[in-house]
Amino acid sequence: MSATPLPQGRLEQQLEDGKPLYTEGEAVAEAHRCLFCHDAPCITACPTGIDIPRFIRKIGTGNLRGSAQTILSANLLGYSCARVCPVEVLCAGACVYNAWERTPIAIGRLQRYATETLFAQGEAGTLLPRAAANGKRIACVGAGPASLAAAGYLALEGCEATVFDRNPLPGGLNTTGVAPYKMPAEGSLREFEFLASLGVRFEGGVEVGRDVPAAKLLADHDAVFLGPGLGGDTTLAIPGAEGAGVQGATAWIERMKLDPTASLAGVTRAIVVGGGNTAIDAARELAQLGVAEVSLLYRRTQADMSGYAHELEAARAEGVRFVERAVPAAFVRENSVLKALRLSDGREFPCELVVLAIGQASLAALAQAFPDVATDAKGRIVVDAETGATGNAKVWAGGDATGGELVVTGVQDGKRAARAIAKALGIPVRDDAPMLAGHGTVRT
Amino acid sequence: MADLSIDFAGIKSPNPFWLASAPPTNTGEQIMRAFDAGWGGAVWKTLGEPVVDTSSRFGAIEVGGQRMVGFNNIELITDRPLEVNLREIREAKRRYPRHAVIVSLMVETQDDWRTIIQQVEDTGADALELNFGCPHGMCERGMGSAVGQEPEVLKTVAGWAVESASIPVLVKLTPNIGDILEPGVAAVEAGAHGLSLINTIKSITGVDLDRMVPYPVVGERSTNGGYCGPAVKPIALHMVAALARDPRVTIPISGIGGISTWRDAAEFIALGASSVQVCTAVMHRGFRIVEDLCDGLSHFLDSKGMRSVAELRGKALGAYVEWGDLDLSYKVSAHVDPAKCIGCELCLVACRDASVDAIHTGPVPLAAGHVAATRDQAIARAAGSGVHVTWVDETACTGCNLCSHLCPVPGCITMKDVTGGKPFESWNDRIAKGTHKAGHHG
Repeated sequence: MSATPLPQGRLEQQLEDGKPLYTEGEAVAEAHRCLFCHDAPCITACPTGIDIPRFIRKIGTGNLRGSAQTILSANLLGYSCARVCPVEVLCAGACVYNAWERTPIAIGRLQRYATETLFAQGEAGTLLPRAAANGKRIACVGAGPASLAAAGYLALEGCEATVFDRNPLPGGLNTTGVAPYKMPAEGSLREFEFLASLGVRFEGGVEVGRDVPAAKLLADHDAVFLGPGLGGDTTLAIPGAEGAGVQGATAWIERMKLDPTASLAGVTRAIVVGGGNTAIDAARELAQLGVAEVSLLYRRTQADMSGYAHELEAARAEGVRFVERAVPAAFVRENSVLKALRLSDGREFPCELVVLAIGQASLAALAQAFPDVATDAKGRIVVDAETGATGNAKVWAGGDATGGELVVTGVQDGKRAARAIAKALGIPVRDDAPMLAGHGTVRT
Repeated sequence: MADLSIDFAGIKSPNPFWLASAPPTNTGEQIMRAFDAGWGGAVWKTLGEPVVDTSSRFGAIEVGGQRMVGFNNIELITDRPLEVNLREIREAKRRYPRHAVIVSLMVETQDDWRTIIQQVEDTGADALELNFGCPHGMCERGMGSAVGQEPEVLKTVAGWAVESASIPVLVKLTPNIGDILEPGVAAVEAGAHGLSLINTIKSITGVDLDRMVPYPVVGERSTNGGYCGPAVKPIALHMVAALARDPRVTIPISGIGGISTWRDAAEFIALGASSVQVCTAVMHRGFRIVEDLCDGLSHFLDSKGMRSVAELRGKALGAYVEWGDLDLSYKVSAHVDPAKCIGCELCLVACRDASVDAIHTGPVPLAAGHVAATRDQAIARAAGSGVHVTWVDETACTGCNLCSHLCPVPGCITMKDVTGGKPFESWNDRIAKGTHKAGHHG
């Protein structure tokens, strides 16, 4: 699927697609279920404001190209969003069928069908016409959804947009962090090919602040968008934390997805610590990869979890044991080999692997390298909520680094920043520019 | 249990469900299996000079994923030798003496008619049906709808058949005419014993947009065919009713056109049909559908306290009047059940874009003096649930019915009678009183 080859033998390749691509018949049948609501609540629930009834109707009429255009205008990352969005709490959760106690429309699967089919037909590159070059140069820091969206929308209006990332692969967490049963890394790379076809340039393996100074980035570009995401996994400062068998969740997931040397040999009992969606993802992945006993330990109760109830339910269905009020106190090791995790109440959970999903560090230092860019007490970049503007008139920001949590909110951050950047730089924006589609349109 | 048996111009049938002359009645083997499945009668696929058929022959339209809502064909009459058909008719009638075996015929000259009628009567068949309806192929040869579209020709040819026959003669009418009463009355005047209608409607179902050939595709060409299936039922119902209520039509009618369910059949019978004929629904789902046709009709008759199909016949005919005789005082108003509404707002947008903008959601103001009984409830539920519950400005509502037809939730939008005891007054009444001119306020 991807022109960028990934090595074979990666753990994520063992996991099956949880919601496979619809066949044409399945897609058309599901599309016909949509009522084509007026003032549809699904649109309101979509952070990017995709006109969902419209794209679904186009699937039903066989206008797949128009359908993909509708999706991708409002959300340039509509393909990955189709696969990774928690639709249960967004568009599908708002579907009027819920009020009728009927199964909501499978919006994510339909959106995947429209976009993936167009990608497969090799026609995605001609879906959204580009404006003539305007000579403006934009740098985006981090190659995740927020940066890619900002870069893509600005490239479509004729800017030269370059995305920098310390990772050699583009896509950010879409490539390194998404649960494989939702989307394997190939999907994210395939999406990047689409963005590259819009003119987005990628500088991989380049760490801003180390390989390229912030000052040089500012000097070389008319505007900078900061979408670096988050830093390393938070560790637990308890005895035995150092040594083999204890891994941060995003680091472990990235290896599982991309590193062919990653292995679960000898692991029959694994523990994931945390209560967020990364924790649930890691637990489900371990269970699906065949680890016999997977326990998800959370220090408070289910009601306090930030992870979605539907994800926890799926994890339990896959055999994950969920343990509430579990506060880790020490890693038990014998001859430095991990044997168990001991809790503050004295309970011990034998294990060969502990994955810590208790948060990620901020990249405040990277942000602070840009003059007048402020961060809050949690290290999040402070931005204007409507535009993503920072204290530096040449710098905008969005995505997880500004407190976002979802791919789709990152995309909307990037789109809003693109609108604001275009306005600030005096770039003429076409009346039908994709960046104006969806929520929060501010005409320049 | 109601008695489903009928006597149609002397043709006895255990129930009113007959297979129409069509592909499902091409052979004795099919017809006997249909009788085993429960069909009361069958009209044998039209006999005549055997034809050559094309490949392909059928076109269909799909609506919103519902297959074969409309169907058409360019198939001609039987392609089997006459003697084979005659032998099988004799066999079927011998083995199923209680079932109605009617034979459809289409030939050219008076001699042809006399000869084939004699041959068919010799088989023991119960009746004849004259195919004056086929709108494709055969009409180019001066038969089928070419006869049915000319009342004088129809009368002459039907007269030949009636004169030659000793068993009942049904005339099958084409809908491809301006006024169905003309061929219908012509058939009565020719002495026919019954009418069958409608035959199929001249049609093109669609176009293959890659090959730029209409459907059904025959090589690089196509031709117009005969349209049938659920989509034609309203046209057929009107034509049956128009004949059934005409005092000149004194013979029974076999209703045909889009009948798929017992409810469809009951509607045809209520508008004057004595039997009904089915084809497309069988082509879609097989002979087995007759089980529910009989079962459903029987339960329906029981629920209405009717003991026979005859009691249902024509029950709705008296209510079918001219527009000028409708009650202009009658007034209904849409009512959205706030508990059932799911907030799709299809009613709202339809009323706004296609009617009088009388449906709203949320706390939009209500015009002074207007009534909206469920407004407060709707607003309260919307506020509490986020569901865009709609409400109706009953004073602005014209009672057009559009919203109730498009609402996806059964029973959510109902039409409430708000006539309020206003006395009956029709347009014709107004004309009689001279109060019908615009500007007159009576």
